Amino acid sequence: MTLPDLGPLWLTLRLGAVVTLALLLLALPLAWWLAHTRTRAKPLVEAITALPLVLPPTVLGFYLLITFSPRAPLGGAFLTLTGETLTFSFTGLVLASMIYSLPFAVQPLQAAFEALGRAPMEAAASLRAGPLDRFCTVALPLSARGVMTAMVLTFAHTLGEFGVVLMVGGNIPGRTKVISIAIYEHVETIRLAEAHALSALMLVGSFAMLLAVYSLNRRFPQGWGA
Amino acid sequence: MLTVDVALARPGFALRVAQEFAPDGVTAIFGASGAGKSTLLRVIAGLERAATGSVRFGGEVWQAPGLWLPPEARGIAYVFQDARLFAHLSVAGNLRYADRRARGLPGPGWGEVVQMLDLGPLLGRRVAGLSGGERQRVAIGRALLTRPCLMLLDEPLAALDAVRKAEILPYLERLCGLHGLPILYVSHDIAELARLAENVVVLAAGGVAAAGPLAEVLADPALAGALGPRGAGAVLAATVAAHHVDDGLSELAHPAGRLFVPLIVAAVGSPVRLRIAADDVMLARARPEAISALNILPAEVTALAGGPGGVAVGLRIGPDAALARITDRSARVLALEPGAQVFAILKTVAIARDDLAAALRLDRHPAP
Repeated sequence: MTLPDLGPLWLTLRLGAVVTLALLLLALPLAWWLAHTRTRAKPLVEAITALPLVLPPTVLGFYLLITFSPRAPLGGAFLTLTGETLTFSFTGLVLASMIYSLPFAVQPLQAAFEALGRAPMEAAASLRAGPLDRFCTVALPLSARGVMTAMVLTFAHTLGEFGVVLMVGGNIPGRTKVISIAIYEHVETIRLAEAHALSALMLVGSFAMLLAVYSLNRRFPQGWGA
Repeated sequence: MLTVDVALARPGFALRVAQEFAPDGVTAIFGASGAGKSTLLRVIAGLERAATGSVRFGGEVWQAPGLWLPPEARGIAYVFQDARLFAHLSVAGNLRYADRRARGLPGPGWGEVVQMLDLGPLLGRRVAGLSGGERQRVAIGRALLTRPCLMLLDEPLAALDAVRKAEILPYLERLCGLHGLPILYVSHDIAELARLAENVVVLAAGGVAAAGPLAEVLADPALAGALGPRGAGAVLAATVAAHHVDDGLSELAHPAGRLFVPLIVAAVGSPVRLRIAADDVMLARARPEAISALNILPAEVTALAGGPGGVAVGLRIGPDAALARITDRSARVLALEPGAQVFAILKTVAIARDDLAAALRLDRHPAP
């Protein structure tokens, strides 16, 4: 049996980690805002956030490809700033994955923040804790389950994506060739042993990760008011 | 001195309060459900962003047109009806949360608070395992550790059953006995307030119906309707004169005469506060003889107010104001009018507060 090239595995893990952390930083304030805003624009923002759930990855990938193109304002600006194109680059892949996984990060966080309610935050405010202080010391720990769910779903969803990566990133070893693309390529070229090995790795790894998370989840406080 | 002039409109409800609060001691905010008691407290705390008007405390402006300080900058502490302890922290963690953010401010120290509320045995416990009474004790301790300049308590006993209430009241008395810490105490339970408060602000339908010293407000015949059948009444100040163990009675001295109550635990000479509901007072023109009631005091009629439940009769018993509620017919038969001399027959006399005993418990029984 031939050992498969493990490069795509490391690239995938790196992509998952970067996307999870970056998306968490973006999704935390967005979910908090959605959970508390009374603006009439809320359904609009929610609908936009949920779009990646229903759009075929190819449609999303197609629009991203156009936006990332050096002839488009965003892609052009990136090229001028860094000397690289956004398309077919790791950075482009990260951006595309963040958009593709956005609902998987925002929705569990929003649900957790809504379940939290105002009561604990009011209590913290009455104990001299300012807004950022009470967000970090009260809202986040009491929403630990939601944060954990958001991170795992984002990570897992990023590992499993295929269509968007293929459209935006292509298949460049070490830069954009993630594990799902590598498996597809192995099957296309009838190297089934490698495809088997990588697929089994994904299956076992994903299962172990989810198992660990669900076991850990039982130890987190289940919301407010215990 | 807390000065409030605020308005808050909600669908079906409007709060409009302009009031000065006593600079020290316990001021009760009393009223029926929906009168706006908790809302007023939340406005003072800065938890109602939509409130307009002004809130001033001492030399500080907490709210004024164009200015609004958030709760964390007001130096208040708030004890919520549902305690609102942080479920992700232990009891000690909850206390530390407040303590850490109030370092260097004047006020009670960690050890003092833990001892006062007997929190020592609870420190290592998880919040989820606490009883309702323990939870409120921790909440009060946590609030004290923020070293507040004003303490706000929003019906801290409302969610507790009678046993738990009795368990926590002595601790509230200790809290209310702290000098230099003004307290606003929201409740719809007159018995609780008579035990704890010196001053009262009565709210009805979002506005102030009456304000002043508790004993005077409770005994004001014009307010009998607003206070409700069990609310209106008197608070008399007396001292323990003797204990008659054989009869199971304690004798109390009041400037207008002697009173007898079921044996209480207090040293001779201790001050006690007595609560007498308006419905428990009968009036007679002549001193009744051969009557089972033990407590009959001479009184003078000060005012009369008619209402749906009969006539509320304002009385002066010695230096204290009191209130009787009698039927229209009795008022006519007795020919009551201001200045009339009568005898007040007190059917039930309840001990409202045992100041000295509370003080003794505080001094003599420190926590282990």
